[in-house]
Amino acid sequence: MYRSLLYVFLTGLGLTAGLLACDTPDPEAVTGTFVIQLDNVAGNQNLQLNTGTYRNALGESFTPTAFNYFVSNIRLIRTNGADYVVPQDSSYFLVRETDPASQRITLKNVPYGDYKGVSFVLGVDSLRSTMDISRRTGALDPGSDHTGANGMYWSWNSGYIFMKLEGTSPSAPVDATGSNTFRYHIGFFGGRDTRTINNLKTIPVLFGTDVAQVDAEKVPTVLLQADVLKIFDGPTLLSIKANPEVMISPFSSSIANNYAQMFAYRGKTTATLN
Amino acid sequence: MQRWQIFGVWISIVLFGAVVSCQPGGSDPTTDPEPTGPKPIEYQTTPYPWKKPANFPEPTYAFAKNPLTLEGVALGRALFYDDMLSVNGTVSCAFCHQQGAAFAHTDHALSHGINDKIGTRNNLGLQNMAFYKAFFWDGGVQDLDLLPIAPIENPVEMGHSMPALLNAVRQSPRYRPMFLAAFGTDSITTDRFLKALSQFMLTMVSANSRYDKYVRNEAGGRLSTDELAGLTLFKQKCSTCHAGELFTDQSYRNNGLSRATNKDEGRSLITLRPEDRFTFRVPSLRNVERTSPYMHDGRFWTLEEVMNHYSTNMQDVPELDPALRINGRPGVPLTDTEKKQLVAFLRTLTDTDYIADRRLSAPN
Ligand code: HEC
Ligand code: HEC
Repeated sequence: MYRSLLYVFLTGLGLTAGLLACDTPDPEAVTGTFVIQLDNVAGNQNLQLNTGTYRNALGESFTPTAFNYFVSNIRLIRTNGADYVVPQDSSYFLVRETDPASQRITLKNVPYGDYKGVSFVLGVDSLRSTMDISRRTGALDPGSDHTGANGMYWSWNSGYIFMKLEGTSPSAPVDATGSNTFRYHIGFFGGRDTRTINNLKTIPVLFGTDVAQVDAEKVPTVLLQADVLKIFDGPTLLSIKANPEVMISPFSSSIANNYAQMFAYRGKTTATLN
Repeated sequence: MQRWQIFGVWISIVLFGAVVSCQPGGSDPTTDPEPTGPKPIEYQTTPYPWKKPANFPEPTYAFAKNPLTLEGVALGRALFYDDMLSVNGTVSCAFCHQQGAAFAHTDHALSHGINDKIGTRNNLGLQNMAFYKAFFWDGGVQDLDLLPIAPIENPVEMGHSMPALLNAVRQSPRYRPMFLAAFGTDSITTDRFLKALSQFMLTMVSANSRYDKYVRNEAGGRLSTDELAGLTLFKQKCSTCHAGELFTDQSYRNNGLSRATNKDEGRSLITLRPEDRFTFRVPSLRNVERTSPYMHDGRFWTLEEVMNHYSTNMQDVPELDPALRINGRPGVPLTDTEKKQLVAFLRTLTDTDYIADRRLSAPN
């Protein structure tokens, strides 16, 4: 009896010591998860590659065949001003219309708090665009699938394509394969040694009066829509007829100015944990 | 078990519990995109003794990010000479970059790739890449590590795709042990594949021409009277652009080529800057005797033709570099003797050691 009491006492002592040793706060205890769900649309219609036909403000009808873009350098805007910046190394996402999983961006280790908006860079910043190859893995790996419609990297003019929209349109001229295609590949991070144009856009999207709460019980999902019509119908009206192909050209800046306005907040849902 | 033993076991369990509960919370899986290959099985690499030639500037390549090893260089060499880098297994890097031509390709004015497809530019000899700030005639690639992706994925060069190629390399029984030896892992990533190719290309240093031996006062460094006269002329008339020991200041300029048949806009296709239109990277003239044809489109087959271009055939295009407009007229006035002397000098830049170096030739 006496001996077992001693054991109980010592057990208590040991556990207390253990708890004291753990005094530094467990990061998991104060961070949760935040989800950004992207939805690509054309005006008020859902975007359908290869089958949907849409019309821009100039009256040109078109059918998109590929739509991809990079979302990077995500910052979650807090109501109290203490924004949360997602760590650089885990802040690059390649969103492809053909890959629904890529449209759901799950951010872990987000500090508990109230968030009223998000901002991100559409594209790949100049620092990362010129970083050692070992620091460019995952979506940034220039050795991953960058051929054909998936291609988001220029190997002969080192740099990423920030936004790619391809499609067919009666307004586009007939190409070598006999189809009427248009192709917009927009990149340019400002140059490494020589200053070039810079099409990087930092895009804030505020949640209006909504507040997305992250805490031990709540995982918010905010829904952001990207509207391809805005790529045509922005500050500069983009005509497929006049510009069926825009890649390495100064006009790419006008398209970048247009797509900087293609995102909109469309609401949120909140999942409750246990 | 003795009572004190039970006590000991019990103490350790309690302490273990305390320690385990102190582990930091689950680490974010997205923060480590690097595939974690099989962990270092004992491996030992031998540093490659890379040396900057005494008369050369400091290298631009950041060797610290990719330390050269004998094993890494051997792997890069195997890859450089391997036809499997092209989609149909017919074209290696060495197919277009032939050692005898100082790693240029001499039969074609324009690049010649898979299925006899013709590119848009003349080949460049490969040498001294550790010292360059940018690559290609237009400087479109600024990091040697990224360069191979361009020929590999170019439909008129090797026509492959990187993921398919990397998969093929992963399947190849030849390469797994070589990656293991070079990097301590047989996990074959873009990074390791490209860095191995860089390692080999960084060993391509040409600095043993007769001219080099002359400037370093070494045995075999004697230049004839004509060659010396050519060197003097060169310093007066050419070295503004073909500057220093690399024979290029690595700038982009226009040297007054006629645009009647080729309207390539060069550097501005990369930078979109109007002031860069029709300019090209000043090429090094090392081993120039071996790298015929000449200029970005391979329009001249002999050095004599090049001399005639500079002396009499230069076009007064608006983009012509000011250094080539002398007394308001385009061109560098040269007598026949001066042309001969210049060509004689250019031939002293041929590095026969480099062209015959067994370490750079096809592995057996
Ligand atoms: C089909 C022919 C062809 C093949 C195959 C080829 N190259 Fe090239 N290479 C060229 C041409 C042409 C150029 C010059 C192109 C330009 O500047 O626009 C060049 C340029 C280069 C340069 C730049 C040199 C400088 O001074 O700027 C390097 C480095 C190079 N190649 C390495 C490679 C490697 C490595 C491979 C294999 C992965 C390879 N090449 C395969 C044709 C080829
Ligand atoms: C204003 C700068 C400039 C000067 C001065 C100049 N060059 Fe050049 N050189 C160039 C450029 C730029 C090219 C490449 C042009 C192109 O392909 O469009 C070139 C190309 C060449 C080539 C072809 C090399 C190859 O691999 O294709 C040779 C040879 C050459 N120059 C020799 C000379 C000689 C000899 C002189 C002096 C008489 C000279 N250059 C003066 C800028 C210059």
